[in-house]
Amino acid sequence: MATAKETVLWRARRATRDVPEGERPEDVPVERGYRKEDGAPRAEIVAHFAENVAEYEATVHRVEEAELPGRIGKILENRGLERLVVPPLLPEAWIPDGIEVLQDAARPRLTNEELDGADGVLTGCALGISQTGTIVLDAGPAQGRRALTLLPDYHLCVMREDQIVGLVPEAFAKLEETVREEGRTVTFISGPSATSDIELNRVEGVHGPRALEVLIVG
Amino acid sequence: MRVALFITCFNDTLFPETGRATVEVLERLGHEVAFPEAQTCCGQMHFNTGYQREAIPLVRRFVEIFEPYDAVVAPSGSCVGMVRDLYPMAADLADDADLALRIADLAPKVFELSEFLVKRLGVTDVGAYYPHRVTYHPTCHSLRMLKVGEAPLELLRNVRGMDLVGLGEAEQCCGFGGTFAVKNAETSAAMLGDKIRRVLDTEAEVCAAGDNSCLMHIGGGLRRLQAGVQTVHLAEILASTEEG
Amino acid sequence: MTPKTKPPDAFSPGETPTFEVSARESLADAQLRRNLGKATQTIRRKRAVAVEEMPDWEELREAGRALKERTLRHLDTYLLQLEESVTRAGGVVHWARDADEANRIISGIAKDKGAGEVVKVKSIATDETKLNEHLESEGIHAFETDLAELIIQLAGENSSHILVPAIHKNRAEIRELFLRELDVEDLSDEPKDLTNAARLYLRKKFLNAKVGISGANFAVAETGTVSVVESEGNGRMCTTLPPVLVTLMGIEKIIPRWRDFEVFMQLLPRSSTAERMNPYTSFWTGVSEGDGPQEFHLVLLDNGRTDVLADEIGRQTLNCIRCSACLNVCPVYERTGGHAYNSVYPGPIGAILTPQLVGIGKPGPDSLPYASSLCGACYQVCPVKINIPEVLIHLRGKVVRHKQDKGTLRQKLDPENVAMQAMAKTFLDPKLYENAQRLARVGQWPFARGGKIRSLPGRLAGWTAVRDLKPVPKQSFREWWKEERG
Repeated sequence: MATAKETVLWRARRATRDVPEGERPEDVPVERGYRKEDGAPRAEIVAHFAENVAEYEATVHRVEEAELPGRIGKILENRGLERLVVPPLLPEAWIPDGIEVLQDAARPRLTNEELDGADGVLTGCALGISQTGTIVLDAGPAQGRRALTLLPDYHLCVMREDQIVGLVPEAFAKLEETVREEGRTVTFISGPSATSDIELNRVEGVHGPRALEVLIVG
Repeated sequence: MRVALFITCFNDTLFPETGRATVEVLERLGHEVAFPEAQTCCGQMHFNTGYQREAIPLVRRFVEIFEPYDAVVAPSGSCVGMVRDLYPMAADLADDADLALRIADLAPKVFELSEFLVKRLGVTDVGAYYPHRVTYHPTCHSLRMLKVGEAPLELLRNVRGMDLVGLGEAEQCCGFGGTFAVKNAETSAAMLGDKIRRVLDTEAEVCAAGDNSCLMHIGGGLRRLQAGVQTVHLAEILASTEEG
Repeated sequence: MTPKTKPPDAFSPGETPTFEVSARESLADAQLRRNLGKATQTIRRKRAVAVEEMPDWEELREAGRALKERTLRHLDTYLLQLEESVTRAGGVVHWARDADEANRIISGIAKDKGAGEVVKVKSIATDETKLNEHLESEGIHAFETDLAELIIQLAGENSSHILVPAIHKNRAEIRELFLRELDVEDLSDEPKDLTNAARLYLRKKFLNAKVGISGANFAVAETGTVSVVESEGNGRMCTTLPPVLVTLMGIEKIIPRWRDFEVFMQLLPRSSTAERMNPYTSFWTGVSEGDGPQEFHLVLLDNGRTDVLADEIGRQTLNCIRCSACLNVCPVYERTGGHAYNSVYPGPIGAILTPQLVGIGKPGPDSLPYASSLCGACYQVCPVKINIPEVLIHLRGKVVRHKQDKGTLRQKLDPENVAMQAMAKTFLDPKLYENAQRLARVGQWPFARGGKIRSLPGRLAGWTAVRDLKPVPKQSFREWWKEERG
């Protein structure tokens, strides 16, 4: 008796018997005439990114490197944030005093309840995409595992200007190695969670952080 | 040039005035019009309703009758669409390579009236006079299949005495769709209702289009409502002069 | 919460009504007409803006089409490559010939983990296989976590739109539903409050679920990466929190390489929600140590897709990336809504996908290729260039040929068939044709009164129900030509 796998493969082969025997997948021409890279000046790309993220109702700030720790402190204080989740390898300097820090590590890992009970999470990121205002996380240093940026209700993300790429194809090019070689998870975040399911009204905050704030460091 | 008129079974039987107007316009521009009398139907109705095997002999006939001519013109976007876009599928179904090649030769010579005038002849002013308020409905075949673009409007803008007013949501289908109007009559009626509303919003006296199939559908609805709006084929507007 | 059974559709056993019959009902539903009209007009306009921004939109469409063509022509190769890369990354691949097999595999995994409840991200494929009903019969309750899916699950209805399944419901109805089913004391009908009620209710489920079930938008053969594109965050919840994840995916969702995402992740968001990028997209590759589920199962579903693949003209249907752009421009769908199609796949794409998946010869699905005026608006917006009108016409041919060759005597003697045969003969002979023209002029006089025809007999009555008809003119064009130019 043929297995399910054998059957499905046999069907697929039979269904494509119009395809010549010697044809390889690469022989099917794929014209890639779309833009691969944004030729605009860096300053424009960064400004564009900030605009596009803000359009999604995320709060965006631009700061100098030296101001960073102070700014983080002020932002969290204004929010009245008391318990902050922090991923592994987040730069010490970024973590302000006077708040309760929930440090995630390989062991012990923060429980879902702890994550759920926190007020927010502070991370870096892998990339930013200017064209679409997207933050990309790749589970790398200063980002942590996925649950960290999913359960807390507030996400403050620090992005260096040189992490911002222009177009979508540039982002997938940059991520290629980590996905191919290490199989790390990737998350694209373009604004806080949203739905427009009831009478097509866009409503923010279903699951995932209802508030997203981005600090662009230049 | 010498142009063969592809009248379409529809116009031949129900809208002969459109055929007369098409001849008038072409002759006024100095071209010779031939009418191959052996023509009957391009097979669109059969083909689109699924009776494709039955349509194949009609396709062959059409190709045989029209292939001797340098240009074939029809006052109908949908019939020309059938020849240019779907005749290859018919040849495929018939498994007839020879027919496919003959179709490939013929198809580029077959034109809808407005695209023939504007794109092939480079003419946008045919010396017409039509003192009425007119709105234009772009039929789906001419708009999306043939991609006639601005051609009909360019022609209409040059008609003297005419008040051309834009149709809202013009690109939405009127709901005719061939046998769709009968097989899915209610949905067709719902689409017609919205198209009529848009026409009435323009306060035009006349709704014009390049396909009598759509006009029959829109006009039939307007008449049922006693709306007092006429439907007139583009060719008849272009044929109209101060003399009548 | 009592599970309600949904009405049957093309993928359930038994017959479904034809489109014409179902459309009659929904056309008369005033609330549906207003909601749907407003919704589709809004999304249409937004989509146009999102696309106009892109100077290379046509190039992206062409690349998308070509990549799909490459994948489908070599689907067996890519399937094997995908299985290998997912397995290498620590996932388990299962193959399902049909819906029943897929459902059994999934319930088997859930039972194995002792899960009485599972959380689900929206997946049309699971609606196609009727997974929820199957799980229910095995004593497992599946909680839908998309807001709209939650709404229609609580209401016991079928989805009416690929993207916005609850478009046919208004806020008052939803408030009532939530008060009844979600165990809340009081609730306003403000969308913000309704959404918050759903959020709190579902959060508990996410945190305690043993098994998460999802569909997949794409799976990369090269790396074994699977992706879920969403707005609300429930996709992230279901694919991150439960210790076990099961993903059901149609075999046509494969793309060759990781880099090919650069095409599809530009085409999809602008075509579906008309945004530059949707809020959340998750890309996971097998299992990641210490991050998310430690057990990942990918169930590859055929269920008729290889039949679609075998049809050289119909094959392009499998290009579909489920964006719903075609639904939003379709003048038929805009007025009839999704339920009229009696399928989990409604609208233009549903009209070609459904009959090909379930096979020709069933009255309900056979009527779907005719649920179109062939206006072509869908083809214009399809991000992967599926020539939907071409496939519709092709399928109409298959439906007719099936009736003629394999149908009952009754079908062969169908008045339409008889009339079409007669007309074809007439058109083949100019003499017969001219006679028929004369006959029409003569034969119309019982119907023509006062210069118009107000009612036609039989099948043609549909025309005169709504429109007048001009009588056949006294002289045909060719008669005029012969007289004037002969």
